[in-house]
Amino acid sequence: MPAQEIKATERFNWPVTILLLLGLFTVLFPLYMTVIIAFKQPSEMTNSVMGLLSFPKEWSFDNFREAMRVTDFWRSLFNSFLITGFTVAVSIIIHSLMGYAVARNMGRSKFYRFSYFYIVSGMFVPFAILMMPLVKQTAQLHIDNMFGVIILYVVFYMPMNVLLYAGYLKNIPIALEEAAHVDGASTWTTYWKIIFPLMWPMHATVAVLTALGTWNDVMTPLVIMSGSGMTTLPLAQLTFQTQFGTNYNLAFASYLLALLPMLIFYVVAQKQIINGVINGAVK
Amino acid sequence: MKSQNERARTFLMISIPILLLFFAFNTLPLIKGFMYSFTNFRGYGTKFDWVGWRNYIDLFTDSRVGNSYWFTFKLALVATILINILSLVMALALNAKIRFKSFLRGMYFIPNILGALVVGYIFSYIFTYILPAITSTASMLANKNLAWIAIVIVCAWQSIAMNTLIYISGLQTVPEDVYEAASLDGATGWNRFRYITFPLIMPFFTINMVLCMKNNLMVFDQIMALTKGGPAQSTESISFLIYNNGMGGGQFGFQSANAVIFFIVIVIISVLQLKYLNKKEEQL
Repeated sequence: MPAQEIKATERFNWPVTILLLLGLFTVLFPLYMTVIIAFKQPSEMTNSVMGLLSFPKEWSFDNFREAMRVTDFWRSLFNSFLITGFTVAVSIIIHSLMGYAVARNMGRSKFYRFSYFYIVSGMFVPFAILMMPLVKQTAQLHIDNMFGVIILYVVFYMPMNVLLYAGYLKNIPIALEEAAHVDGASTWTTYWKIIFPLMWPMHATVAVLTALGTWNDVMTPLVIMSGSGMTTLPLAQLTFQTQFGTNYNLAFASYLLALLPMLIFYVVAQKQIINGVINGAVK
Repeated sequence: MKSQNERARTFLMISIPILLLFFAFNTLPLIKGFMYSFTNFRGYGTKFDWVGWRNYIDLFTDSRVGNSYWFTFKLALVATILINILSLVMALALNAKIRFKSFLRGMYFIPNILGALVVGYIFSYIFTYILPAITSTASMLANKNLAWIAIVIVCAWQSIAMNTLIYISGLQTVPEDVYEAASLDGATGWNRFRYITFPLIMPFFTINMVLCMKNNLMVFDQIMALTKGGPAQSTESISFLIYNNGMGGGQFGFQSANAVIFFIVIVIISVLQLKYLNKKEEQL
């Protein structure tokens, strides 16, 4: 046993491991500080660093209760879920359909080749140039609300997602569809019965990338929904900034509440998130 | 023949509504943005005049716009280089034979999933209260020569997580026997990295540079959280200026022209980077 243990220890690069463990400080310090300040009372906020960063006298949830009341937490959380959920669901459905139409016809049809490059080139259009016309346009159409934000997200993520789906479909042999076709199934039925279920790995990637982007986005809801009286979870941190004033304990309780859903999601689905991000970037 | 028609019809029924949707909320506002850039529209009311190239001429003499381009490029360039160097080091370390590998990789990725605005607020507190108390200097955010460095740090803190992950997946494509062959030839340490590892992960380097540069050029949330463009307008990014003056400052037309130029700049940079990418791929 001891000999084996020594061998196992030798295989690991301990200096690098220790450096990496020490380096975690850079990641954990801002999070630690957030938690500590969120639980403290304003009277405990001394001028010394040690005083600021020491544990609170008692772990009370008062700041969180107050932050939830001030920022209308449950409403913002619900809105964020609604927007992200619908965006992801609609994106998976229509971006995969578009990817399918493009991937199966690009080889012989100029129209689909053009459509593909037309949509994918949308990736280079910065939001800054669309922002001002879109504010006018959504107001004219009376969709300067959550519904409008969902439509915009579906359009903004279309270039990336169509690219991903079209790329993935190149590896799914067309023979599968032809066999179903011979059996008399329509193209539409074939797609939903055979192709759509085959693309689950890509659906997961698209869902993760789209969800990460929409959940944390501030700019789109800020300019589109500002008149509707609705906020999302991140946007609430911006709009209620003045109400926090110099009560940093209240503000940090609110920040922590805003970070929590994503942290929980990460703990639950870490593998899927990491795979999704890698797939999205490398393909 | 009939089934061919059915197939073609289905594809058209799928793609035409989607293309129309894309046109309505991407291409149409883009065209409108071009149109507004030739007007003196203030953003409210209905009255505006066509002013031709006036906005574009003014752009090049407007010192505030000039400063925002200088700031944005300085930030994007410094942050991109810093992020890529640190990410490469992190990826090499996290890909080494270390203990607690998956735990460490998981922890170092956390910054990437957090919202940039809230992260900005947390760092704002660190820069305003914690750092000055430790170093007994004034806050970086209040110093117009240093505030941009604070923004670089916050951008880097979040982006390193993402870029490290991409480099790790790049390093995993390098087969073990390449290293064995290299060590037989006596290539170790820096030489091994310089001549063996780095050329092999070159495509991942390019991906990271492209993604990083583009994200940093569009920096917005961090500015909103940390400085709101201050002090003395020293940290106004292009996106922030377009938002701030275009939406609330009565410069709808003028900032539309700014956005058009910004769009062209992004396209030029992207095309250059893609060309570079293609050339590199041909060499492989």
